[in-house]
Amino acid sequence: MPDAYQLAPPLPARLPFERAALTAVAAGLLGLLLTLADADPHRQQTWFYAALGLLSVGTLGWSWLKYGQQPAGVRQDGLWQCASTSRGAAAWVTGLVLTGFYIILYWFPDYLTHLIRPLDGFSHSLRGRPADQWFLYGTFYTLAVALMGARALWKYRHSRYQAIRTLSVMFFQTGFAFILPGLLQLFQKPEFYFSYFWPLKYDYLFPSTVGYLIDNGQALGVFMVFWGAAMSFIATPILTYFYGKRWYCSWVCGCGGLAETAGDPYRHLADKSRAAWRWEVRIIYPIFGLIILITALLWLNTATHNVLLGSISGKAAQWYGFFIGSIFSGVVGVGFYPIFGSRVWCRFGCPMAAYLGLLQKHFSRFRISTNGGQCISCGNCSNACEMGIDVQQYAQRGAPIVRASCVGCGVCSTVCPRGVLNLENGPREGRLLASTLIHADSLRILS
Amino acid sequence: MTAAPFHLVIIGNGIAGISCALTLRRLRPEARITIVSGESLHHYARTALMYVYMGHLRLADIKPYEDWFWRENQLDLVHTTATALHPAGQRVSLSNGLTLSYDALLLATGSESRFHDWPGQHLAGVQGFYNLSDLEALSRDIHGIRRGVVVGGGLIGIELAEMLHSRGIEPLLLVRDAHYWSSSLPPEEAALVDYQIKQNQIPVRYHTELREILGDAQGRVRAVRTTAGEEIACQWVGLATGVRPNLTLARTAPALETDQGILVDEYLKTTLPHVYAAGDCAQHRLPAAGEVPIEQLWYTGRMQGETVAHTIAGQPAPYRRGIWFNSAKFFNLEYQTYGRAPVAPTDGLSSFYWQHPMRQVALRIYFETSDSQAVTGFNALGLRLRHAVCEQWIRQRTPLTTVLARLAEANFDPEFFPRHEAAIVRAFNQQFPQQAIAIRPKRRLFF
Repeated sequence: MPDAYQLAPPLPARLPFERAALTAVAAGLLGLLLTLADADPHRQQTWFYAALGLLSVGTLGWSWLKYGQQPAGVRQDGLWQCASTSRGAAAWVTGLVLTGFYIILYWFPDYLTHLIRPLDGFSHSLRGRPADQWFLYGTFYTLAVALMGARALWKYRHSRYQAIRTLSVMFFQTGFAFILPGLLQLFQKPEFYFSYFWPLKYDYLFPSTVGYLIDNGQALGVFMVFWGAAMSFIATPILTYFYGKRWYCSWVCGCGGLAETAGDPYRHLADKSRAAWRWEVRIIYPIFGLIILITALLWLNTATHNVLLGSISGKAAQWYGFFIGSIFSGVVGVGFYPIFGSRVWCRFGCPMAAYLGLLQKHFSRFRISTNGGQCISCGNCSNACEMGIDVQQYAQRGAPIVRASCVGCGVCSTVCPRGVLNLENGPREGRLLASTLIHADSLRILS
Repeated sequence: MTAAPFHLVIIGNGIAGISCALTLRRLRPEARITIVSGESLHHYARTALMYVYMGHLRLADIKPYEDWFWRENQLDLVHTTATALHPAGQRVSLSNGLTLSYDALLLATGSESRFHDWPGQHLAGVQGFYNLSDLEALSRDIHGIRRGVVVGGGLIGIELAEMLHSRGIEPLLLVRDAHYWSSSLPPEEAALVDYQIKQNQIPVRYHTELREILGDAQGRVRAVRTTAGEEIACQWVGLATGVRPNLTLARTAPALETDQGILVDEYLKTTLPHVYAAGDCAQHRLPAAGEVPIEQLWYTGRMQGETVAHTIAGQPAPYRRGIWFNSAKFFNLEYQTYGRAPVAPTDGLSSFYWQHPMRQVALRIYFETSDSQAVTGFNALGLRLRHAVCEQWIRQRTPLTTVLARLAEANFDPEFFPRHEAAIVRAFNQQFPQQAIAIRPKRRLFF
């Protein structure tokens, strides 16, 4: 077969306005570097907010030009040709910058001081305390979800499902993962994220966190502990039974929120091979088992007043936090967006995803239906799947898609040029049955 | 010593050939199956060539099966051209000098572009669009040009227009009839496609055919002249005026009876013993009522491949296409059709047409004019219909009023999409007040 470059000619040059928007984004990034380099507090402030302004204007302008100025519909021209979305040089640079940012954030936060100080004012008004590296991270994260969320709203404006879902992740990130935890701190309450639950936010059910919340939060702290446990063990199975995993992964979760907005340009990079699927199963379920084990051991140890295990369970929790909580979910999960796609963490690492996935596969009314025999095997659905599911394998057989990893983002259905796929909640009977309109031996031959 | 296993040789790795191979593998696990193709080593989805050009997908993404699939299922792939058929010795000669003996031979050689002997059609920069080498030629020849003329108001014509448009090249569309795709779309539906063409600023000449293609001194196309006498400067011409069966190999066996295509009976047997034909290249001697002798569709190729495999496996099965269905996408407008949906007024058949006053959404339901008012077919634009439900209604001759009252059951649009059943029924009740119907409760969204 000929190589791809022979089959798709080079992309045309960008229009002047598009170049201007991209230049603004680049200037914004440069502004952040200047902030880092400048020791003068006054100028830091100027550089920093000018940079954020340029990043915002550039991103919104680019999205408006690229999507808003065209008729509403599926827009993926040049996706596999543009260097930034096809693992070209620009993608590697982006990946290195993101990875580097996470490494500095986790282990060398002092280097970020010049970026943190300009946020002191904002942090004081929201949380009543000076900014730290986590406030900087939260601000960047929320800004990314908001700006790239606006991009997703323009891009997917022909699909009401995508529009509402995008607004949902923007709302939960801004309200539940940024403003509310800040306000709790302002009122001298424990910082708490109501949209993250064990086992993703693993320490919320650790004895130490439970003790801290109850001691420091009084009635509210007790409610927080109750909320966390109830969401993990009662609400999660019930909601997943009715709606599938998507109620969380692509509607509420902050990791999912970033993937669906900032990660949207990279969704097609998820590996669709069978080999990747095997790795997924090999990695994600052991991590889920590990966090269950660590949590159980911590409680056992607490119950026996540290007699049974000494410091072993605490050490295990620390190591888990280092390798899974920091390296996997942050450095690899987001840093590698431009290379491996936006859901590396969700697909290979997240224990919450594993838990939700088991429920979705075995105890849920959710499935993606295939519309009879209408599939033409074009491959757009598989390409768009951020979780690396080879959707087409199911669609071309007329089979419904019931996979533990499906986060229900619905983009396969959105991009299908033949209206073949639909996310549906329905009776569990017959949920796995394939269409009879596709196999010769089931319909046309026997009838 | 055991006898050599049954050997099926398939010429052509398109959807018909591959469907036959997969079905026979299921029915006869021990059979030896060899698939010969000069076009590509691996099966790919012809329907998706346009997405490779536009950069939505890579060539590897339009292979419906990963490369390991063939070896694991013991399907031998031979990437070479079959050059001659020797029915007496049950052998096929290949261009690599080898010959293959067969116990059964399936000819699934597909189509080739059909040109009409226009003056200048041999010029450089003039081509059809059917296979990989067409895509390569297209990629090479339209890079950097300003305008390409697309001849043909059908599915491939509008695909080519969309491809050129995606690269900022002006496609000019020549359509023979008064409106787009007049062989399949009634005027109202065609008007919606025309709106898409206009919205994307594609110049189009209706009632206009190609008279000749004009070349420059280097033998490259420089312009076309239309039947209206207009000379249109262009640097490339796409001839999308249909395809015809590829009979190159079939003609090497004089005893193999052909007409437009390879003549087959209802079991897809040719006039030669042990030789079958399926897909685009087959011509049915006695097509069923309302069906055409040569079907050049992805779906029918798949069905014919599946059916012929049963006959080859010793479980003779006549080809029964079943109730017609098809789909397409015109720029951003999706189209689905089910059952009998003729373009022109037909004796004994009426239709009810509804179109959204603002949006690009329309539905036409065909029904028998007799007292039964049995529904016979659907055209849907900008609206997804459920294949299984439409098929069942048509098969069971469900009356029009019942179908309208239960229309929500056929809806396949994603969640949160605007629903049109109420408006459709209101329009019907206005048009046919003597048969006014009450709408059944809406399909429930969540449970």
